[in-house]
Amino acid sequence: MFAVSAAAVLVCMVLVMLRAVLGPTAYDRVLALNNIGTKTVVLIAVLGFVNGRPDFLDLALAYALINFIGTIAVLKYIEYGDLGVSAPRETGTE
Amino acid sequence: MMGGIVNAVVWVLLISGGFFMVTGALGMVRLPDVFTRMHAAGMVDTMGAGLTLAGLCIYSLHDGAGLVAVRLVLVLAFLWFTSPIATHAVAKAALSGGTTPYTTHGDGEREGRDRP
Amino acid sequence: MNRAPWLWAILFALWLVLSWHFTGLFLFFGVVTCSIAVFVVARMGVLDRESLPVHLAWRAVTYVPWLVWEIFKSNVRVARIILSPRIRVDPSIVHFQASQRTDLGRFIYANSITLTPGTVTTGIVGDDFEVHAIVQEEIDGSEENIMNRRVARLEGEAG
Repeated sequence: MFAVSAAAVLVCMVLVMLRAVLGPTAYDRVLALNNIGTKTVVLIAVLGFVNGRPDFLDLALAYALINFIGTIAVLKYIEYGDLGVSAPRETGTE
Repeated sequence: MMGGIVNAVVWVLLISGGFFMVTGALGMVRLPDVFTRMHAAGMVDTMGAGLTLAGLCIYSLHDGAGLVAVRLVLVLAFLWFTSPIATHAVAKAALSGGTTPYTTHGDGEREGRDRP
Repeated sequence: MNRAPWLWAILFALWLVLSWHFTGLFLFFGVVTCSIAVFVVARMGVLDRESLPVHLAWRAVTYVPWLVWEIFKSNVRVARIILSPRIRVDPSIVHFQASQRTDLGRFIYANSITLTPGTVTTGIVGDDFEVHAIVQEEIDGSEENIMNRRVARLEGEAG
């Protein structure tokens, strides 16, 4: 039954990859990539159960971390053209 | 008997998780602009991943692998903590990058509301 | 309240769960790693009510299940929009005032809004929230109001 779930995740990845290729703006692509990362986390978890050896969950945890940081880094690069700058201080809270 | 019930619950959770995930991916393709697509992406991050991982969690609890269940909960908690921040970052970057949100009536913003 | 022991305990529990080796060497590595992490965090000066809101933990016990149920309901609504043969969306950006007093409360409210599909927080200035909704009803409903009040209650009097 886990193979069905893995197949669903793979179908989703193909659909979202389509959006990443088509996406008119860079933000569409970043959003699609972030989404593919989330699906990869789920896929790693499910594949562990397909093989009957759910030892890859630590990898899923690490992948979730890297996916988040990568998305933020790419967005920052798009917005400022540089990873070293810090955002200008605004009044109020973000 | 007990195993049958658990199996059925796991099946239902996995299938509905897959349903929400496919629907979210379909939304990523069908919806008109980046802001509306974010809502579809949110579906995948919350219920798609949530129900699937919950199914795996119940399966491994029944299997006697409590440690695996705890790790699945950790993965899910991490996804649910980071996904809104990433979505918000995309939205904010898209707005400040000059993307105008798609609307059905043309003008960008709708004012005149003070409380939801 | 001193938060360093709390952080240390949480990190060490995480270490135990992820390693699950109870030999002396691994426990020693865990103690050393957690101590270094807590020292660095304390030195950075970010160990405060905002980074480690343990005072909210017992009230979050009722908030989180309610939030999960809300997420499920709005998931079903958005799924219905996506699966309908013709996409009918009426997206708009609305501004409103939130009633939380602390930045932490606003953070929790903004993340709860973004976590429920159908609404995404696009910006906060002070207590003015800017929210993008996929259909007008998502933000018009009384549910946002309930969430607003619930987060204000979660945040508590201590604020």
